[in-house]
Amino acid sequence: MIRLEKRPQPSQTWSMATPLVAVVATMIFGGALFGVLGTNPLAAIRTIFFDPLFGEFAFYYRPQLLVKGAPLVLIAIGLSLGFKAGIWNIGAEGQYIIGALVGAGIGLAFYPLEAWYIFPLMILGGAFGGFVWAAIPALLKVRFGTNEILVSLMLVYVAEQFLASMSLGLMKNPEGFGFPGSRNLQEYASAHNTELIAGSGMHLGVVFAFIAVIFAYVLLNRHMLGFQIRLTGEAPRAARFAGVKPARLILFCLGTSGALAGLAGLFEVSGPAGQINIDFNVGYGFTAIIVAFLGRLHPVGILLAGGLMALTYIGGEIAQGQLGLPAAAIQVFQGMLLFFLLALDLLTNFRLRLAKGEVA
Amino acid sequence: MDLSAINPVLLIASLMVAATPLLLAAIGELVAEKAGVLNLGVEGMMIVGAISGFAISVETGSPLLGFCAAAVGGAVLSLLFVILTQYALANQVASGLALTLFGLGISSLMGQSYVGLKPPSTGEIHIPLLSDIPVIGPILFQHDPILYFGIALVAIVWALLKYSRVGLILRAVGENHDAAHALGYKVVRVRTLAILFGGACAGLGGAYISLIRVPQWTEGMTAGVGWIALALVVFASWKPWRALIGAYLFGGITVLQLNLQAAGVAIPVEYLAMSPYIITILVLVILSADKSSAPASLGRIFHASN
Repeated sequence: MIRLEKRPQPSQTWSMATPLVAVVATMIFGGALFGVLGTNPLAAIRTIFFDPLFGEFAFYYRPQLLVKGAPLVLIAIGLSLGFKAGIWNIGAEGQYIIGALVGAGIGLAFYPLEAWYIFPLMILGGAFGGFVWAAIPALLKVRFGTNEILVSLMLVYVAEQFLASMSLGLMKNPEGFGFPGSRNLQEYASAHNTELIAGSGMHLGVVFAFIAVIFAYVLLNRHMLGFQIRLTGEAPRAARFAGVKPARLILFCLGTSGALAGLAGLFEVSGPAGQINIDFNVGYGFTAIIVAFLGRLHPVGILLAGGLMALTYIGGEIAQGQLGLPAAAIQVFQGMLLFFLLALDLLTNFRLRLAKGEVA
Repeated sequence: MDLSAINPVLLIASLMVAATPLLLAAIGELVAEKAGVLNLGVEGMMIVGAISGFAISVETGSPLLGFCAAAVGGAVLSLLFVILTQYALANQVASGLALTLFGLGISSLMGQSYVGLKPPSTGEIHIPLLSDIPVIGPILFQHDPILYFGIALVAIVWALLKYSRVGLILRAVGENHDAAHALGYKVVRVRTLAILFGGACAGLGGAYISLIRVPQWTEGMTAGVGWIALALVVFASWKPWRALIGAYLFGGITVLQLNLQAAGVAIPVEYLAMSPYIITILVLVILSADKSSAPASLGRIFHASN
């Protein structure tokens, strides 16, 4: 009989080790899943985790790591602030879409004018769009006590419909021969989020992701607000006695995560994606939830987790092409990772003890 | 635009069909929440139920077996939630999200070879005499058996929660798990059963979409119904009959906006399509003020050592 014994202090070692153990467990079980689907498990794992970094075409895939990782890290950093305080923004996908729509909308409004101030305005617009979209659940929670989980998620579906409406209507390319989708911002120099170093995948969004990591690290470790976030998550009662204002915290956490998700959307639409279209969003907002947990809600952890998750995206695409692995298999793989992570978290707070079947 | 094209009798009849998946999922979640468990994985369990039910009924040709498989599929997925939250003591919000993300992935994996197929028809029950009554007949007495099962389930859950010993224990566990534990009730066992029941109901609701409402399989076809079901439980203040009313209200909105789309109203399709989600938010806002009826231990982790 296995018995759980609560640790007096959460174990530091296990807190660091669980993500790694979870990744290994996911590789084993995911490999088994790939085997069931008729793919050689070892080949699949190697294709997903090794080939993008060190394989024959790594020179092409390595930049992709930054391109895919940047939005994940940007969004996950924002989410982690709220998650730490028990404020659950799970509608980042919607904030990502709205950020892209507002940002691209500003850019398209200036077309074909070429000016230096257009892109900065778009960045502001993107952040503002995401912020507003996240402020809706925040204000409703503060004012009416509405559940932010449900509201932020409902707004994802609303945003998706907006996206469809925009790509078929207002933002549709007038020279697009009737196809849905906006003008390609990559062909509009003032609105193009160019690679800072050609061929490196390094665009401004990557820079912002790194800045966000540093910003979050400083905030959580060196700033009063960060302390209040941590305190509210770990001991809500103590936080109330310490004079933490919940309303301010809710607005800050949701607003910041919304703005960051909006930025991610803006950098994506003006860079790698290039245009507003019906299928613009690919689920970064949801995968970022996994990234935030995998990174233990710690800025540096999220940076690493974002890289790993980007790897599964890229590796998954390669495995799709080379091994015929279904696209959904990678989604299952990512979901599985979150499962193992949550389950193994037990070891951080509890000790497993082998005990004879005595009455507890 | 031609509003006269909307037939009120058909509208109400299809409202009941649109409401059933919501109702099934909501009643299952209601029982789980009454036991103090907040399972945000409803969407995931529904979509897994949708594909399990679809696959089995296509393979066997029997819709009934399909629905059984859907209930089993939903329950199996919810078993993961049981392991995470009841045994590994993981955060319920995060575990529910994991369940949804995983469910969406695994369902599209399972459903790859079923895209574009047509499931066997479930058929309708024509209650003799009653179904021939004009207006009321087509509205109330010409539906598939699952729809009636959903309504019956509401009555059963209501009666069990209110009048039976099982219901009392379930509520005790949901209100104060420490007290229930002190009285000798098996908190984890009660919650496990409640979660499994919720999973089975969500699975049925999902299969109702893929087998009767739509009926076909497409990836992500539940499109937020599971999340609306979660909102519905709040709307219902954890009371079964109010869940029924709420489900019909949301079913009505969905059907009405679809009918308005078909009738060619001047509002763009996308704006009509977002209306159920916006109305869900509005309803949540109106009803959030009163949290007194929420089970007191909702979402809290139980371990005998604490």
